[in-house]
This record gives sequence, C-alpha cells and structure tokens, in this order.
Amino acid sequence: MQVTLKVQRLNPETNSIPYWQEYTIEAEPTDRVLDGLIKIKGEQDGTLTFRSSCAHGICGSDAMRINGQNRLACKVLFKDIGSNVTVEPITGLPVVKDLVVDMEPFMEHYRSVLPFFINDDPIPTQERLQSQADRARFDDTTKCILCACCTTSCPSFWANGEYVGPAAIVQAHRFIFDSRDQGTDQRLDILSDPEGVWRCRTIFNCTNACPREIEVTKAIGEVKKAMLYRKI
Amino acid sequence: MAINTKYARTPRPGGGSFELFSWFFMRISGLLLALMVSAHLIWMHYVIGLSNINFDVIAGRWTGPNGTFWRTYDLFLLLLGMTHGMNGVRFVVEDYIHSPGWRVFIKTLVGLILFIMVVMGAYVIFTF
Repeated sequence: MQVTLKVQRLNPETNSIPYWQEYTIEAEPTDRVLDGLIKIKGEQDGTLTFRSSCAHGICGSDAMRINGQNRLACKVLFKDIGSNVTVEPITGLPVVKDLVVDMEPFMEHYRSVLPFFINDDPIPTQERLQSQADRARFDDTTKCILCACCTTSCPSFWANGEYVGPAAIVQAHRFIFDSRDQGTDQRLDILSDPEGVWRCRTIFNCTNACPREIEVTKAIGEVKKAMLYRKI
Repeated sequence: MAINTKYARTPRPGGGSFELFSWFFMRISGLLLALMVSAHLIWMHYVIGLSNINFDVIAGRWTGPNGTFWRTYDLFLLLLGMTHGMNGVRFVVEDYIHSPGWRVFIKTLVGLILFIMVVMGAYVIFTF
C-alpha cells in the first residue's frame, strides 16, 4: 500500500517555527509507523530525526503523536490507521529536533517521587516474601515503561509543566501500594503538593494514551484516596 | 532515613491539606448538587408545572407552612452551587494563569464574587 506520512519537522539551527513535510512511501499493511519513518530516513531524507531503540514496545523511546493520539510508533500498524498518517512530537516538552523532545523535565518529575524501594529494616538473608494478593495490588503500575505518552497527553501538564504528571504518579503508586515498601508517607507528602496529584482533573487522556494499557487515571484516584484515608 | 533526597520535591510551605479538602469537598458537594438540583428541577417542572410558575408560587412557598424547609433547601442550593462553581473557576485560574500577581488578583476577584453573591442570596432568603 502507498502511505503518505505528514511529519512535523523542526531544525532549531535553521528555523524557529515547526513546519510540515510530506513523504510518500510504499509499505506493507502490516508495517509499523516506525518502519515507515526508518524507510524515509534511509531512502528519502537522512535529516529526519526521531528516537527508537528496541522497536518492540518495551523501551518507550519512540513515543510520538500519531494521527493526534500519543502512541509508540513501533506498536501502530498502517493497516489500523490508514494510508494518511500525521506524525508530531509529543506535546508539552521542548522539541530538540523533529520528533525528538527533551525528556529532562519529565525525568525530573519522575525522580521527585522517590521511585525506588525504601525499607530500613535489617537486610534479610532471603527474599522479602509477599503474598500473591499483595503483589497484585500494584501489578498494573509495574508495567510502566516511562515513554511519557500519558504525561504529554495530559491537558493539565500542557497548561502547567510544574504538574508532576501521570507517569510520576504511576511510578509512586507502584511503591506506595507495595507491602514491602516503607516510604509511603514521604511519597504521599510529596504528592500532596498543589502541583502533585491535585492538578489531575480526571480527563482520562492518560488512560487512553498508555501503550501498556495501564489504568492511569484509576491509579491516580487510588493515590488521592490514600491521602484522604490517611487524614480521616 | 538513609536515602538520598537530593531529587525529592519539597512540599510547599503552607500548602497543608487545603487541596485535599478542596478535592473532597468537590466530590461531596457535586453529589449533593446532582441530587438537589434534579429534585428541584422535577419539582418545578412536573409537580408545580412550567406554566404555573410565577412570583406568588415562590413567595407562597417561602412564607407558607413549609417555609423553613424551602428556605433551608434554597440556602443550601445557593451555598453549594456557588462554592462548588467558584472553586471550579479557581481550578481553571490555577491551571492556566501562571503569573503569580494575576493569579492572586483573579483569585481574590473570584472570592469576592463568591462572597457578594452568597451574602446577597442569603439576605433575600432570610429577610423575604
């Protein structure tokens, strides 16, 4: 099938305003958008810039806005979205070049929620055991790959980059509801900031965007509820 | 605690649990408003009937035997509606206005409008 890819380009060395460029390629219906971009870069325009690494939906490098929705380019097939495809960088983070954005503001929010295991008990000689039910409590949020699809689909984050964002809350959720972790109070204090969970207006864009099908808005709601139950 | 908090976000001073309270209030007031407004709508449109609504009906309701009930009902509608609505406006201001000066100015304005509307409404309800 013949596919027309309309790509938003920006080279900050030559122009300050993004512009659109159209490419027409021959592709299999089962090809992914990422295959299309690689084909363009290899055969038509070597200056086209984008990130990709594993290309199998695990590393989270190639998040971009495809036909208006945040997706991983390696998980979207042309047969599912048709032959007219629009590709833009994810929104709300500064564009470095073409489809590459500066992830540092996103990672800064990620680090701010203490996304690591906290437990001051003496280190046991074997594993810290956990029941299946306790493990299942936070299973959904362990699936996050930090691709930023959710945070950059969030209108609250677009409006205010200080908002910690859905991805960071998902990462905090993963530890808050882990029975082995002892940092819950610290994380809830951090997220009770006005720029923490309260900036969430339950718009559900994050849940729609997540390529790992994490119920992001539900996880944020559970963190809000944990804060409420802590007070009453 | 032996953790590196170099990257930790420090909670804003004075933030306290106001946002938590505000969030919880929106849930409760929203639920109450949904029930009370629906009941009010059904009462006005179907029980009284759209063509029968006039000044005397409302005046009679407030001064009649169920006057205290209706005044309380209307007072709660006023209080819940205004606080819920104006808190929603505050959310929009917090989201979209980044300049601290403008933020304070518009939030003060929103608070002032809330105060004036509630006082005016309550004045009518209590002194009618």
